[in-house]
Amino acid sequence: MDALSWGSIIVAVLGRFWPVWIALAVTYALSITFKRRLGLYGKLFDSPIGMIGFAIVMFWVFTALFADVIATHDPLSQISGMKNKLPGTPVTSGDVYPYYLFGGDNLARDVFSRMVEGSRIVVTIAPVATLFAFMVGITLGLPAGYYGGRLDTVLSFLANLILAFPVILLFYLLVTPEMVETGLPRYMAAVLFLFPIVFLAILWNSRFYVQPTLRNIYLAVTLVVGGWVYLGLAWNADPLGIIAMPANILIVFVSVVFVNSPTVFRIVRGLALEIQTRDYVAAAQTRGEGPWYIMLWEILPNARGPLIVDFCLRIGYTTILLGTLGFFGLGLEPESPDWGSTINQGRRLLSIAPHPALVPALSLMSLVLGLNLLADGLREESLKD
Amino acid sequence: MFGFLLRRFGTMVLTALCLTFVVFYLTNLPPNLEKIAKTEAGSRISDAEVQSWLEKNGYAQPILVRYGEWLGVIPGWTRTEDGVTTGRCIARGQDPAEAATRCGVIQGYWGFSNVFKEPVSEIIGKRLGLTGWLMLFVMLLMVPSALIIGVVAGMREGSRLDRSLSTFSIASTATPEYVSGVVFITLFATPMLGMNWFKGTATSAADDITFWNFFLPVLTIALYGMGYIARMTRASMTEVMTAQYIRTARLKGVSFRNIVLKHALRNALIAPFTVIMLQFAWLLNGVVIVETLFNYKGFGWTLVQAAGNNDIELLLGCSVVAVFVVLVTQLISDIGYVYLNPRIRIG
Repeated sequence: MDALSWGSIIVAVLGRFWPVWIALAVTYALSITFKRRLGLYGKLFDSPIGMIGFAIVMFWVFTALFADVIATHDPLSQISGMKNKLPGTPVTSGDVYPYYLFGGDNLARDVFSRMVEGSRIVVTIAPVATLFAFMVGITLGLPAGYYGGRLDTVLSFLANLILAFPVILLFYLLVTPEMVETGLPRYMAAVLFLFPIVFLAILWNSRFYVQPTLRNIYLAVTLVVGGWVYLGLAWNADPLGIIAMPANILIVFVSVVFVNSPTVFRIVRGLALEIQTRDYVAAAQTRGEGPWYIMLWEILPNARGPLIVDFCLRIGYTTILLGTLGFFGLGLEPESPDWGSTINQGRRLLSIAPHPALVPALSLMSLVLGLNLLADGLREESLKD
Repeated sequence: MFGFLLRRFGTMVLTALCLTFVVFYLTNLPPNLEKIAKTEAGSRISDAEVQSWLEKNGYAQPILVRYGEWLGVIPGWTRTEDGVTTGRCIARGQDPAEAATRCGVIQGYWGFSNVFKEPVSEIIGKRLGLTGWLMLFVMLLMVPSALIIGVVAGMREGSRLDRSLSTFSIASTATPEYVSGVVFITLFATPMLGMNWFKGTATSAADDITFWNFFLPVLTIALYGMGYIARMTRASMTEVMTAQYIRTARLKGVSFRNIVLKHALRNALIAPFTVIMLQFAWLLNGVVIVETLFNYKGFGWTLVQAAGNNDIELLLGCSVVAVFVVLVTQLISDIGYVYLNPRIRIG
């Protein structure tokens, strides 16, 4: 069999992504049809930049979702004779997909399949870690901005302390096997992962404390589900044994949340300081609403615009951070197909075979670019109100 | 102004103390100390031997005491065994009576690197010099081009030029150093496309900087930071261009060129100044990545080596420098902001 030409590689790759194209087409058709009823999300489809960004982001989300269908080979299996082979080289041995579409890496694994499987790690960790960072930042930032005073001074000092820490140094100190041995990351996880539960509990309680039955239902569901996930994720002690997080993913997750939350804290604090002076806050205070009700149900919804935009940008930044960790070989295991680690392995052989590093590098760049464009589109549309 | 400076300085010292303590604590956790004992005294020693080695070398004291010794506010440890006195401040073969009682960062003693077998202060001084050159060229490339892009994009908001420049800046912020570095090396330093004009490593630049071995690392760092500064400049420029006095100048019939250069530019550059100063801290990340990628043996490379080999004293030295750079640039950006913007007065 001959090697594929560049044209047929492109055709074959586009063909492999068929579930993604269908899913994208359905999403866009539905969203554009109903865009007037979808609020800010619908308005996104008025801005070409936002639409392009959203398409790139959703492309990777769907790729992660359908990774098993798209990938041509197993991301870890090595096929002899395929080491550092150029894109489009035919696979002669075995009963598998007959080509390495993007070539083979230095361990004779399929670069294309690794890229596709790697998207799964990035697309799950980055948004969830960002969400956790937002929970921490919001739970601490709102009272700091609303109450001010000594609480604000102490929390701001702590936030600035973490911000003054060079990120890479922090990663090098936190993400080492010795540090895992001491259990420090697990304790950090134990503290950081409490915040979402605390956040939700306060959220329900402050709104529904006048309707005790409803509140109790909400609180019970939050505490049971939250506690279950918490035990599984933070302590690896899920009584049912379903939820667990490998130790090395946990440490990466924790350090990314830790680095991101002070910035979110500062943004939320600034917004709370500003919104606090509005009339509707004064009205709520006169009505005799509790401070947490005002913070979570008056201030927070009115701060959503900048927060949503920052959320998109921050997912991109988290993706870059995850890549940085992989680039220094920290955290995730070396054979993991995530993009940062793959770039790290490929970069040493750039002069012989650039494709193993280039493919994940361009994937990472496109995802972050998509998130940035999406954030830009959202900002433009939310400013039009 | 003086009170503000004093308060700012106080916070800075407190921050530096907290941060160095955190680094000290993290590098001195028991598993790390055990690793040091094993690299120094042999990897097959038993737990009891590890313990006695740690005691002999002053590692077994409470962490706060050791932090004090490292800072130089508590007298260094001494130990007399078989009539021979050893201690933190006593060099090998030195008479214990002559040695100083305190030796720490305050006295200018930064410790000794286990990996490079040189005093930490010498290593850091040498490596910082190399990184200084890198930073200098990055700034020379990044700041003017970012400002030009931002001003040109912001002076006619919504034009086609603005759109394309903005897209360029978004793309550059979305391309981390390890991506652009890999792409640049592939394109310009490998024979694949026949454009191997540059060198893929910058190791030789340590002795002799040339355009061919230094341009790629500089470009890689500059590109990532450029987009952000350009976007900030654009935002501030568009804001200034809609201000009342610009409209007045237009109505008076001042040429567009003069409006931009004489009226708008000065006020539009206040916000980017802060951003550029704060960028230094961010550049540190880029420096570490790029120095690793291009094998340029500067400060970032040293940091990675120290962290990877658990070289405690060198790592502490590096973090002191890093924290210092971050805090000083924050201070400069605050003060500069007050000077540039007469509307802000801090009492």
